[in-house]
Amino acid sequence: MSEPMIVASGLAKGFTLHTQGGTRLAVLAGVDFSVAAGECVALDGPSGSGKSSFLRLLYGNYRADAGRIAVRHRDDWVDLVTAPPRRVLAVRRETVGYVSQFLRVLPRVSARMLVAEPLRARGVAADAALARADALLERLGIPARLRGLAPATFSGGEQQRVNIARGLIADHPVLLLDEPTAALDAANRDRVVALIRAARDRGAAIVGIFHDAAVRAAVADRLFGFAAPSPRPVG
Amino acid sequence: MTATMPINDPPPLLTVDGLTKHYDRHVGCAAVSFTLWPGEVLGLVGESGSGKTTLLACLAGRLTPSAGAVRFRTRAGAVVDVHRVAEPERRRLMRTEWGLVHQTPRDGLRLDVSAGANIGERLLTAGERHYGRIRATALDWLAAVEIDQARIDHRPSTFSGGMQQRLQIARTLVNRPQLVYMDEPTGGLDVSVQARLLDLLRRLVSDLGLAAVLVTHDLGVVRLLSDRLIVMRAGRVVEAGLTDQVLDDPQHPYTQLLVSSVLSV
Repeated sequence: MSEPMIVASGLAKGFTLHTQGGTRLAVLAGVDFSVAAGECVALDGPSGSGKSSFLRLLYGNYRADAGRIAVRHRDDWVDLVTAPPRRVLAVRRETVGYVSQFLRVLPRVSARMLVAEPLRARGVAADAALARADALLERLGIPARLRGLAPATFSGGEQQRVNIARGLIADHPVLLLDEPTAALDAANRDRVVALIRAARDRGAAIVGIFHDAAVRAAVADRLFGFAAPSPRPVG
Repeated sequence: MTATMPINDPPPLLTVDGLTKHYDRHVGCAAVSFTLWPGEVLGLVGESGSGKTTLLACLAGRLTPSAGAVRFRTRAGAVVDVHRVAEPERRRLMRTEWGLVHQTPRDGLRLDVSAGANIGERLLTAGERHYGRIRATALDWLAAVEIDQARIDHRPSTFSGGMQQRLQIARTLVNRPQLVYMDEPTGGLDVSVQARLLDLLRRLVSDLGLAAVLVTHDLGVVRLLSDRLIVMRAGRVVEAGLTDQVLDDPQHPYTQLLVSSVLSV
């Protein structure tokens, strides 16, 4: 279970804010990182130290300025920094799953449909995908009467659990988790922790931001530290 | 470790190379190049006057470009230069291989014939002659676009704007094109009606495996529907990439301005 799934090297990321006088913010420089199958790494560091930006780089959501992010995809390595968009989409469909902090609610799309979507995108039949979605939502304590509704009116904690279900349903070999328990009460937090541990035990490589120390202690095998608060203007 | 490209990639559906359209005094679009694969949805965004609609008309074969080429791969596997084929062949391709959804439904519908005839007409031109099958297909499509089937004999002039737009979509998709061009499909509709149309488009594109080129100035619409995004300004492409990457980490000053001008996408 020690096969590397992501190997990043020399990663750099900054932002140039053209609408704010061309201010240049340096966020990350020279970051080397790897995570293996069956391992959970917690990103550690103060607010503004670049943890979320780093996670977004690993998903191909942000573009790196330098370096490479090799992801083991099928039996091959894909560099997310240089891969064309179609390749990045294939990596997301099959290999790298991401749980953002907030659910992107779609008008008129029910919770169970939203959760089933990553399976549907892989060609799983609607009935089978929806059955999996229902089972996972049940495990996360979302009652049957809510599952057929669009989550726009759900509470923050309910939306977050729908988001987690959507991120975990497809058993991606790599999971990126951005504060997956931030809006949850203790009981629901424990349910999510159990799911994260189960994913790790089945061999997923997990990289996450967990501000809750108890959650971090329960799921993380090691910490990956980020230095003093940046971004800071340079030049 | 080497990052290799898969060898089993399908051939592209659409290859656009240096597409340029000059009008008398100004540039419609300039040196636009991109590739679209089967089943992919590409968003084209930019403010009014940025050349989106001109580009779309050139892509769809309705406007002859000043320079550049649009190559389309047909179901039969032939790659045709859309602007070099003879006019009758181009018209046939426009009916069978791709479709165009106009911003204004009235431009894409015949208001003087029934809703059923608007759909059935496309089947007739494709060679279907069996009245019962045409009517049954029209009924199926009305249901697919969420129009009450009892309205099949009504003229679209009696429909609301949202219903007209959905009827136009049914008329465009009934011949099962591989690719659909959409020009501001939600423009001019109430927000609640927009949501319904977006959900419908999202479902149809995914269920039918349609490729689409979607012109809009609404970043929320492209976030919802498109895999990739091209940002245009003054007729030129200023930025292109994965939709969420372009919207969340915009590089070009113009894209940053577009993204930062929206309350929330």
